[in-house]
Amino acid sequence: MFKRLICFAVFFSAFTAFAMAEELNLKEVATGVFVHQGIHALPDRQNHGEIANIGFIVGDRCVAVIDSGGSPAQGLALKSAIKATTKTPICHVINTHVHPDHVYGNIAFKEPGVSFIGHRKLTQSLAARAPYYLEKAGRDMGMTLKNEDFIAPDKSVDSIMELDLGGRKLILTAHGPAHTDNDLSVYDDKTQTLWLADLLFMGHVPVIDGSLTGWLKELEKLKKIEARLAIPGHGPVASEWPKAAEAETRYLEMLRNEIRQYIKQGKTMEQAMAQVGQSARGEWQLFDDFHKRNIATAFAELEWED
Amino acid sequence: MKTKIYIKSFCFLLAGLMLANMALAAGEEDAAWNNVLKQKYFGDRSIDESTASIELTAPYRAEDPALVPISVTAKKPQSPTDYIKTITLIIDNNPVPFAAAFHFTPESGKADIATRLRFNAYTNIRAIAETNDGKLSMVKAFVKASGGCSAPIGADLEAAMARMGKMKFKLEGDKVSLNQPNQTQLLVSHPSISGMQMDQISRQIKPAHFVNQVKVSFNGKPIMSAETDIALSTDPNFRFYFVPDKAGELKAEVKDNQGKEFSYTQTVSP
Ligand SMILES: [Zn+2]
Repeated sequence: MFKRLICFAVFFSAFTAFAMAEELNLKEVATGVFVHQGIHALPDRQNHGEIANIGFIVGDRCVAVIDSGGSPAQGLALKSAIKATTKTPICHVINTHVHPDHVYGNIAFKEPGVSFIGHRKLTQSLAARAPYYLEKAGRDMGMTLKNEDFIAPDKSVDSIMELDLGGRKLILTAHGPAHTDNDLSVYDDKTQTLWLADLLFMGHVPVIDGSLTGWLKELEKLKKIEARLAIPGHGPVASEWPKAAEAETRYLEMLRNEIRQYIKQGKTMEQAMAQVGQSARGEWQLFDDFHKRNIATAFAELEWED
Repeated sequence: MKTKIYIKSFCFLLAGLMLANMALAAGEEDAAWNNVLKQKYFGDRSIDESTASIELTAPYRAEDPALVPISVTAKKPQSPTDYIKTITLIIDNNPVPFAAAFHFTPESGKADIATRLRFNAYTNIRAIAETNDGKLSMVKAFVKASGGCSAPIGADLEAAMARMGKMKFKLEGDKVSLNQPNQTQLLVSHPSISGMQMDQISRQIKPAHFVNQVKVSFNGKPIMSAETDIALSTDPNFRFYFVPDKAGELKAEVKDNQGKEFSYTQTVSP
């Protein structure tokens, strides 16, 4: 019986992934701020890359989507969830950074009157990664994407942008290289909610695809923001700020300090990848999937420090 | 009952298809090499698949596909009469399979080379050694791509661009040991842009910009030189040996495909 269920699951996920938009679970973490909680998993054929926290904020005049989802189907699911929640039209899709689990739902929102907003470096990063991501989507998730599914921002944030949704103001900040080189955070003035997306990982081991020292620098600045709640890209829908960043900061500082030591002692990247920070394994999910790669990225950055 | 049988056979069919795919992939692993690449890079020369002359160390999984550490170790020291002239690295399923060709001399001491490469797919990497008698031998390793959001692109290109041309040599200690192989590491800062991108997104062309030539000498004598391509990681890194006979100058001369030239010297003493 169990086998039979699995088989059915395989059957359905393989053939109906794009046909049916599953209902999306959303939680209103503050007035008008809705978040769908992702799962701690690598993108694969079962979850279709629908792993990140995504959601939207509702104003009097406009809805702003914050990250559109990990697949076109999840984008559609988010869109219908928005329609079921409010009559207010969707005016903006904010992409917090280039990673597929945050942007592959974009295509579901593409229509006149909707603007796509991202960091000034998002377009270039997307252009460079798209050919590789396209292939990877097929290989890892069995997802056939077309060039048109990659939607670059039509409005880009140089440093700070204010977005008036009617009765509430969002402050979008373009950060220096941290999680990626195109991270954008969103601060909702009305509820003092700081939507950090992948600048904040909780439970899921942080992934460095930008700059380790840059990330720590941005965290220092972010911690000074008086927010009631922070929304991570991976983890619970909302947490107390800046307490929410403690574990991530500890992990990144540990990596920085240990790798600096390795470099000072003349050790190689391979040695560092095998040994650094293994004691932190128990604290994080997906540790074995990302920790070594974090070391490689951080090592290549830190060896240029002196 | 009937449905159950039907479902079961469907499951078998699925499993069968998956297995067939995997078997196909296993058989096809060497297809690109056998059908195209060997001829392209080595013509009709015979290549002996053997670990007699070199060993290749590659991770089973490319943790960061932009920075995969690869090393080739020579089985024998270099001698004036018996030495490895060239080690070529080919990554079968990369957009440009030729990654690099490293040239050594008897003065290299040991024809070991370690570097960091980009991997775009599940693929074999091959190291082909040519000894001074003109014989070719090959070792290979299979590297799986990693999951997650990473891509074979530098994480912070702006930082690499800002310090482009900056170089460093790193020795194992403060001093070199005379008349024996000493390991050194050459770090070159360069963004290493592959030029591959989806143009309709960026609406502007970002031409390839990568290091294509490296020459390292000690007191004017060549130790290691290389032709390289877009598989080199951002901020290329090379680890190799040289045999100093006295104090002197390590010199690196690097060129990129846009005609930029960089050089750097560092004094070493026993
Ligand atoms: Zn991310």
